[in-house]
Amino acid sequence: MDSLKLLPVLILLGPAAALAQSPTFGLGRTPSADEVLAWDISISPTGMELPAGSGTAEEGALTYRRKCARCHGADGTEGRAPRLVKSSRGSDANPWSYGRVLPIRAPYATTVWDYINRAMPLNREGSLTHDEVYSLTAFLLDINDVIPEGTVLDAQSLPMVVMPNRDTWAELPDWKPGMPRLLGYPY
Amino acid sequence: MGVKRPNRRDFLKRGAALAGGVTLGAAEPVIRKATASAQSIEEQSQEVPSQEVQDWSSDELVAYGERSQHVTSVREPVNGRPSPDDFDLVFHIGTPLEEQVGAITPSSLFYFGTTRGSIVPTIDPAKHRLMIHGLVDRELIFTMDELKRFPSVTRLHFIECAGNGSSPRRGRLIESHGMTSCAEWTGVLLSTLLEEAGVQADGTWIVAEGVENVRGASSLPMAKAMDDIIVAYAMNGEPLRPQQGFPLRIVVPGFEGILHVKWLSRIKVVDRFYMTYNDYGHLRQDPDQAALSYQVGPKSVITWPSGGLDLPGAGFYEVRGLAWSGGGVVSRVEVSTDGGENWMDADFRGTPQRMAHTAFSFNWTWDGSEAMLMSRCTDELGQVQPTRAQRKGGLDNSIQPWRVQSNGSVTNGLA
Ligand code: HEC
Repeated sequence: MDSLKLLPVLILLGPAAALAQSPTFGLGRTPSADEVLAWDISISPTGMELPAGSGTAEEGALTYRRKCARCHGADGTEGRAPRLVKSSRGSDANPWSYGRVLPIRAPYATTVWDYINRAMPLNREGSLTHDEVYSLTAFLLDINDVIPEGTVLDAQSLPMVVMPNRDTWAELPDWKPGMPRLLGYPY
Repeated sequence: MGVKRPNRRDFLKRGAALAGGVTLGAAEPVIRKATASAQSIEEQSQEVPSQEVQDWSSDELVAYGERSQHVTSVREPVNGRPSPDDFDLVFHIGTPLEEQVGAITPSSLFYFGTTRGSIVPTIDPAKHRLMIHGLVDRELIFTMDELKRFPSVTRLHFIECAGNGSSPRRGRLIESHGMTSCAEWTGVLLSTLLEEAGVQADGTWIVAEGVENVRGASSLPMAKAMDDIIVAYAMNGEPLRPQQGFPLRIVVPGFEGILHVKWLSRIKVVDRFYMTYNDYGHLRQDPDQAALSYQVGPKSVITWPSGGLDLPGAGFYEVRGLAWSGGGVVSRVEVSTDGGENWMDADFRGTPQRMAHTAFSFNWTWDGSEAMLMSRCTDELGQVQPTRAQRKGGLDNSIQPWRVQSNGSVTNGLA
């Protein structure tokens, strides 16, 4: 039925292992390094792809007022869009109690940077400069008491920020084909 | 399989229908034949009164067939959130499974969920590209035409949103189960493309990303990518619908809906779980919960009769439903009419397929007294659908009871 699917597999298994190193179908073209760079907006928890630039919470507060407050509210708690400040009912003992608020719950500050960069401000996504994204990230981490006042965020310091939930989340199972959902659980 | 030719009588009936209000060049010969023998048609086909025939435009008649005006199934916003919401973002729209016949959801009725905040983009397939890059020997960019030249697969797979779940407050099937649908998908196996690019030894995860406004992205393990993920460009015999990711998406058989990235344009091979915004939104504190919120468990539901419907009276009914599992093929479906005390095997309608909705039926003669209908699925791994009490977490796969009251009204058995 899916015999063609087997083709690459057979090549891998075959004696001529070197064949596996070359493409089978020869379709598509090779992107230039610039093309990849322009297109690739994924940011690893290591911060490997973070671009040049920097920003502080003070700078971020100004940008926030101009570009974000309209939807998220002047202090990030009372807009029509989701709140950006941790719940006052939470506690450091269990940072999950602060609610599902990105700049407090995210295990890595890189996720906050990445999301603002790719998805905000709504309807004008992708319009922020790298400096603005660094400063807005600093602002949101500052109002959530994650970083001390005056912290400069850049490609080096951002991945070093220790988020309160860095080690409190459960890793996904090491998935293999034919695996039940959860060992020892019949359902 | 022999092709059934329309017999002369069917032909004339259709001619009569056309004669109702259409003056169309292409259809004229048919009309002429029909009117030529008008007398006998009237005798033979009372069930097609010509005054009920619509004045169909030529496009509907010739170019693109619409469903009957008498067929009215529609989708609905579910999960208590308006769709579109305050910001014109669309989230959760359920499919009317109680009106679906068979395992395949019509594309127009396929449930529709989006990653947070995404707006359905308008994409010109001639300009669309898929890039594969990162930890590969050869970074590659494909056009849609190039992707369609690869060896393809065509497979049935369900997709289900984690927002699905039974509750005493969700009285109708569309509210509790409307966020799952099943289609026949056609595309290239992701493994084919990844082998073309040559995955390096430290490439243990991929990040798949769409081109919609928020560029929704999810991390997926390489083991799944190399197993059965489809880079799909077609569903149910036609290109993907825009709400389903036109022109390109991934289908991740058996995994939760949010991972089936739509409007796919980039796959990055990486060395770790990348903690994208979507990944972050799916995190759990407890490892068991994390595992259960990944691969969908064995699940089934009786779609007819279900909450909100009325049975006209005692007598024979074919009880119908759907069963599926993220663990593979559905191997057994049982039905109970007495709230789970006695279980009987249901019949499959069609051959069960891996990670696909499987239609089942059960012949039932209702004696008119109160009944509680339930179904229970077992999959090829031996996983069994739990009761609500047995369920430990993850996407809700618990048994949904429907109460049939003696007056024939069907309600949620949990309420
Ligand atoms: C036009 C309204 C609008 C503007 C302007 C806007 N946002 Fe948003 N933002 C939203 C909406 C709506 C969401 C939630 C998206 C969803 O529900 O999927 C959101 C979500 C977010 C989130 C994720 C919240 C969470 O915890 O999941 C962050 C962080 C954020 N916005 C930051 C910003 C920043 C920084 C700016 C300014 C650069 C900004 N937003 C401007 C509407 C807006």
